[in-house]
Order: sequence, then structure tokens, then C-alpha cells
Amino acid sequence: MIEARIYVTLKSGILDPQGKTVQQALENLGFAQIRGVRVGKLIELQFAEEVSREEAERLTIDACKKLLANPVIEDYRFELALNANQQGAGS
Amino acid sequence: MKFGVIVFPGSNCDHDCYHVLQNVFQQPTEFIWHKDDDLKNCDALVLPGGFSYGDYLRTGAIARFSPVMNAVVEFAAAGGLVVGICNGFQILCEAGLLPGALMRNASRRFVCKFIHVRVENNTSEFTNACGEKEILKIPVAHAEGLYYADANTLRQLNQHQQILFRYCNDRGELTPAANPNGSLENIAGIMNRAGNVMGMMPHPDRCAEEILNSADGAKIFASILNWATPMAA
Repeated sequence: MIEARIYVTLKSGILDPQGKTVQQALENLGFAQIRGVRVGKLIELQFAEEVSREEAERLTIDACKKLLANPVIEDYRFELALNANQQGAGS
Repeated sequence: MKFGVIVFPGSNCDHDCYHVLQNVFQQPTEFIWHKDDDLKNCDALVLPGGFSYGDYLRTGAIARFSPVMNAVVEFAAAGGLVVGICNGFQILCEAGLLPGALMRNASRRFVCKFIHVRVENNTSEFTNACGEKEILKIPVAHAEGLYYADANTLRQLNQHQQILFRYCNDRGELTPAANPNGSLENIAGIMNRAGNVMGMMPHPDRCAEEILNSADGAKIFASILNWATPMAA
């Protein structure tokens, strides 16, 4: 079964108040060496068994463009992996 | 003038909007369920505030694919008036009916309080009952109200007088302290280039009667009615 791991991140230069807050918390914990924190999202898609790698790639891009990322504020990148252990939901 | 209030799963200001239109302004008003594709011959549509689809993924991101939104997009393309308030504004941006996006407040906090906005353009279908640079007292209640658009889009919005409201203090000054969410250029509400689709984060539906501490929100609805019956303007 092919799985897509999609990383959705705020475009560079866009304020990330969540990242700022996490950075502040890390500083308070003594992590003085960390200069910046940006928080993004990881979205995993599990494809049906019969879906080929090429089709999975095409479907992932389509899903990102239509729904998973907002191009006004976000970038996305993804990787495809063969997952032999995990069964898709309901399969 | 007949109004339609669109109800998404998670809308929670639909009855506020209905009350203002039906009871305060005495206009025939219908609820339109998000799975309907019939807009019931309404003359104007309101997308109310709330937390459609639990704000999952991004605010408004899933609601924009509700079946009714195809009809809303067609209605807007044909020149119909569409108003998005709070979550409704977020949905209109996600749907591409308005430019830009609404992001997490710079403070990271949910803000729920009365603020002031300055009317930046009082010639629109949505603000013609307001005075020039009038200061409105109106509540906000949101966690994702930071208006963002790229520099080119902001330039266009300014150039075409599409910015209708900016956050200000009680003297009408656009200060950082008066900006409750970190919106770029203190933007609180905008319209599309054609001037028939408007989105705003503050809630005119929550301040359209004196008993609610401010009746300034009534001016937004009165403006729309002026548009429908220009003789009365």
C-alpha cells in the first residue's frame, strides 16, 4: 500500500505566532541556541492497494491543490512510501 | 428584499442573522441548509459566523465544498449580493470569492470584545448608510481573524477601494493597539472588485439594536436595503 506524507508549512515570511510561542517556551526551558521555530502540519494519506505510484503522486498533488493547502499562505511538499505493515482504514 | 442565511454544520450565528433580518428589519428571510442547491429566489445571501466543520484543516476550508457553495458561486458571478461574517468571511476567502486569507490571531488568543472600525469606503452596497470615515462600535469573536494577502493583492485592494473597514481606536486612529488580531493594514472587512461580495470579521449581526450596547451593525444591513430600493436612499 502506498502512503503519502504531506508537509504543509506557512510560506516563508508569514508570521507564525504558534512557532513564536513554542520558541519562547523552549527558551524558557534553557534552549538558548534555537533561533527560530516554525510549526506546520503533517498529513498522511493511505491509498487503496491498486493505486500505482504515478497515480498516487497525481492524486496527492490534486488533493493538495484542491483542499489540503491554501496557496495564499501555505506551501506543501510530500513523499511517497510503500507501507507493507499498515492496513488502510476499512480494508 | 428576500434574504437567505446559509447554515453549515457548526454555524452558530445563523439565528442572530435571521433575527436581525426577519425581526429587526422585517425582511422575508429563509434558512438555506448547506446541502441544498436551491437558493429559494433570495436577493441576498448571508454566510454567518460559527465554526463550520469544527474549523478542521483550516477555517472555512471544508465548508467551501458544501453543495450549496456551487450555487453561491454562481449567484455571486451573476452579481448577487453575498455577505460573509466572521466564519462566513473565512469561507468566502477559501472559496476564492474574496482575495486573501484569514490566519491565527497574532496574539494566539481568542478575542471576544467590542472594538471600533473605521468605514474606509461608504459608497459600497454594504456601507452606503454609513458616514464618511464613520467609526462603528462592533464586536469581534474569533481566533482566526488576521487578514493576510500578498503585497500585490493589498495594493489592488487599496487601489480599487475594496477595503471597507479597518480596526481603529475610538478616535478613528489606525493604531497597532486597536488591531485585535494583527491583520495587515488593520483590515477588518473587504469586498470583491465587482463590489457584490463582502466579508468582515466583526459581527454586525450582534449589534443591530440599541439594547445590545451598539446598534451600529444595523447600518450594514440598512445599506444593503438602500441598494435594493434606491429611491429610499
